Amino acid sequence: MTDFSYVRSEMLDEKAPPSSSTGLVGWARQNLFNGVANSVLTVLSLIVIYFILAAILPWIFVPTWNGTSLQNCREILTAAGSVGEHGASGACWGVINERWQQLLFGFYPDAERWRPILAFALLFVAVIPVLFNMISRRMNWVLLLAVLGVGIMTRGGAVALVIGVAFLAAAVYVAFKMFGTSKGDRALEIAEGAKRLPNPLIFSAIFPFIAPWLLWGGSVWVPIGAALGFLIGYGVYRAFVGAIGSLGALILAVIVPIVWWLFLVGSFSSLMDSILPFGLEAVESRKFGGFMLSITIGVVAIACSLPIGIVLALGRQSDLMIVKALCVGFIEFIRGVPLITLLFVASTLLNIFLPPGTNFDIILRVLIMVTLFASAYMAEVIRGGLAALPTGQYEAADALGLDYWKAQRLIIMPQALKISIPGIVSTFIGVFKDTVLVSIIALLDPLGLNNAIRADANWNGIVWELYGFIALIFFVFCFSMSRYSMYLERKLRTDHR
Amino acid sequence: MTTTTDPHPESFRLSMLIYDSRYRSMTIQIVALIGFLLLIGWLISNTAQNLITLGKEPSFGFMTEPAGYDINQRLLDYNSQDSHLRAALIGLLNTLLVAVMGCIAATIIGVVVGVLRLSNNWIVSRLMAVYVEGFRNVPVLLWIVFGMAILIETLPPPKAFRGENPEASMLLGDSVALTNRGFYVPEPLFSRGLGDVHLLGNSSLRFDVSLDLIAVGAVFLASILISGLIGRRANAIQNATGDRPTVWFWRLGVVVLPTVLVLWILGFYLGYPELKGFNFKGGTYMRNSLIALWAALSLYTAAFIAEIVRAGILAVSKGQTEAANALGLRPRRTMSLVILPQALRVIIPPLISNYLNLTKNSSLAIAVGYMDITGTLGGITLNQTGRELETLLMLMLVYLIISLTISGVMNWYNESVKLKER
Repeated sequence: MTDFSYVRSEMLDEKAPPSSSTGLVGWARQNLFNGVANSVLTVLSLIVIYFILAAILPWIFVPTWNGTSLQNCREILTAAGSVGEHGASGACWGVINERWQQLLFGFYPDAERWRPILAFALLFVAVIPVLFNMISRRMNWVLLLAVLGVGIMTRGGAVALVIGVAFLAAAVYVAFKMFGTSKGDRALEIAEGAKRLPNPLIFSAIFPFIAPWLLWGGSVWVPIGAALGFLIGYGVYRAFVGAIGSLGALILAVIVPIVWWLFLVGSFSSLMDSILPFGLEAVESRKFGGFMLSITIGVVAIACSLPIGIVLALGRQSDLMIVKALCVGFIEFIRGVPLITLLFVASTLLNIFLPPGTNFDIILRVLIMVTLFASAYMAEVIRGGLAALPTGQYEAADALGLDYWKAQRLIIMPQALKISIPGIVSTFIGVFKDTVLVSIIALLDPLGLNNAIRADANWNGIVWELYGFIALIFFVFCFSMSRYSMYLERKLRTDHR
Repeated sequence: MTTTTDPHPESFRLSMLIYDSRYRSMTIQIVALIGFLLLIGWLISNTAQNLITLGKEPSFGFMTEPAGYDINQRLLDYNSQDSHLRAALIGLLNTLLVAVMGCIAATIIGVVVGVLRLSNNWIVSRLMAVYVEGFRNVPVLLWIVFGMAILIETLPPPKAFRGENPEASMLLGDSVALTNRGFYVPEPLFSRGLGDVHLLGNSSLRFDVSLDLIAVGAVFLASILISGLIGRRANAIQNATGDRPTVWFWRLGVVVLPTVLVLWILGFYLGYPELKGFNFKGGTYMRNSLIALWAALSLYTAAFIAEIVRAGILAVSKGQTEAANALGLRPRRTMSLVILPQALRVIIPPLISNYLNLTKNSSLAIAVGYMDITGTLGGITLNQTGRELETLLMLMLVYLIISLTISGVMNWYNESVKLKER
């Protein structure tokens, strides 16, 4: 017997992978230099990146933030030694320093600029319960109270300070409750929807009346009167539904508020105003400008176009031939023409279509046309969502004996809207980008202001800085929205992949 | 034995219009129709009343009056004494020109970027992601005016090309001049040309047809057709015998030789732009507004097309490639027979709707002064004649026709590639 052993009886220790396949080198070999073609591409890309950065970075980082005119900027650049072939080279950031507020607010009065800022902050608070349902109610109320508190405090004055501090204290109190509870309790509370607190959607519902009042100012009784119309409609419905049946009550609930809005709101608000005058300084629409204008148009258009779009999409899907034809005609017409022609209609024709003597605000006219434009696109997005639902869902709703509207509200719409959320967000991004078109009909959106600034003798000849600044802000808005829609898509995906 | 009785025939009551599902849909539709007609009637009566007050009874007579303005970029001959109708026609051709050029460029860039974005090379895919996100998150109008500003600010004026030692020089062997007024590129000319045919006499819609181009185009198309026939015959032989005859040189020769021959017979040469005085003469002149519009529209739309192409390729599941490999198909045939047909079904519909968007976005030409149909009919003609209603109506009609044509093509395509489900 020999005691040769050909089988190793003890395990060898693991060896570390070769250094060329781990760490940075390994990553580079795997992702950048795996093959001749890829290596060439990598080197080419690096060269391109180098040249772009070499051209842009020295241009961006120049000490011209305090320049007072293009001439002054050039002097600063020459003094700093930033000189190219054609004289001073580098950005002139003085123009942004001097005009950034104008680019954001247009000619909105300086003293009143807290109003659009507050409206914008409140917009976020108002959309949060709609967009992120995982944030607890408590958190939402903290945000709302904090925003209101800070907003009122910035007004200055003793009363504002006291009210603001009170709001902030309330925010801290509610927040303390939130952090006081243990983690498990908090999760439970979020799941339960913090039942002791009122639903934050209440604020989302009254925000559409607060925002225009903040932006345009005027008597507080006008938005209150407008909001009262909805309450009146609801009250009429509840009062008459027993007496004359749901259909009659519904018709009445539509007619009465319309009468109220058309004929009674004016006298109501002026009456209340004489009893209890309270309001903000009125700001004319033509003072609106800059990104404030873009955001106003974009938000109003999208908020109004969603319900109209849903109605149009349902009309297009319906079996009623005439309704369907009307909806298809409207959608295809609006989608078939460029927005700019609709804006031309807004600026030159809309007054001709209305009763003689009507002459209303250009921004309102633009809002109407952009809303119509957005609703046609929205209708197609929602129609896509409706079409993507399996027929079984419709049949199941029928089998349960639900009528058309109940089926839509409880079964079809929640699913169809969920499917179409990416489309809705990208429509919103599109509409927001399209708001720059109003510069063509001489409204002072960022692009229109840009031309005005470049016509200024001090800044004549500035090109890149302004365009770059505007493009950057648009990019930040649109990019974050598209990321948000991706997040939402992931969150709402209920199938298992 | 059971007896069934028919339901008692009810007499018609008014409430059945609403509560009986047999009549309800009819009621709703009639109410909707009446409402719609009332709305239209209200709008029309308002409009008529307003127009009479303004003293502008609707009429299209102004279209035949002399336009009185010049159009600097045009495909057909035009002078300021021509009618508004002809100005609109020139504008329409300019719209179509930039739309077609833009669609071609956007497709090429978009496909390349979309494929590169899927590359496993980290740096290339990130670069392409930066391009896509950067372009599609900024308004296209901003890109257009930005592009115009870049052209005006960075390119040399024509006078920089003058003198013994000029600051700027022409590119590609003195054939292309890039100036801040626009690009001058060589134009195709024929020394023994057949001349032009003038159609429609002196009317507003007159146009010239170059017989040379028609001859070259006809010969080229015919050779492509013949080449296709050769390919089909090769397929037939392959199907019958299993051997594929080598025909690529036949096909290449059939396509190239006759075209070259025709060009030679017609005496084809390139007319180069030349500096005369303060400006370039000769060659084809593309104004800077056209270039800026073209570049901005193509780059912007290409960012969307890149995403579409990427999504289309990703939509074909890996199992398809593996199945094709398992069947023994070679990689090229896998691509052409399995992957592409399925990817194209996903890619083409959104691609066409992006073409549509590009065409509609070309109306932003008005921001840089390119005279497309919005600039002529909806711009200067509108302002000069004050006929808002008529001009905007015609303008919308033109865009509507273009859009409906394109969506018609799209629907036809969708029908033809739809999965045949049973």
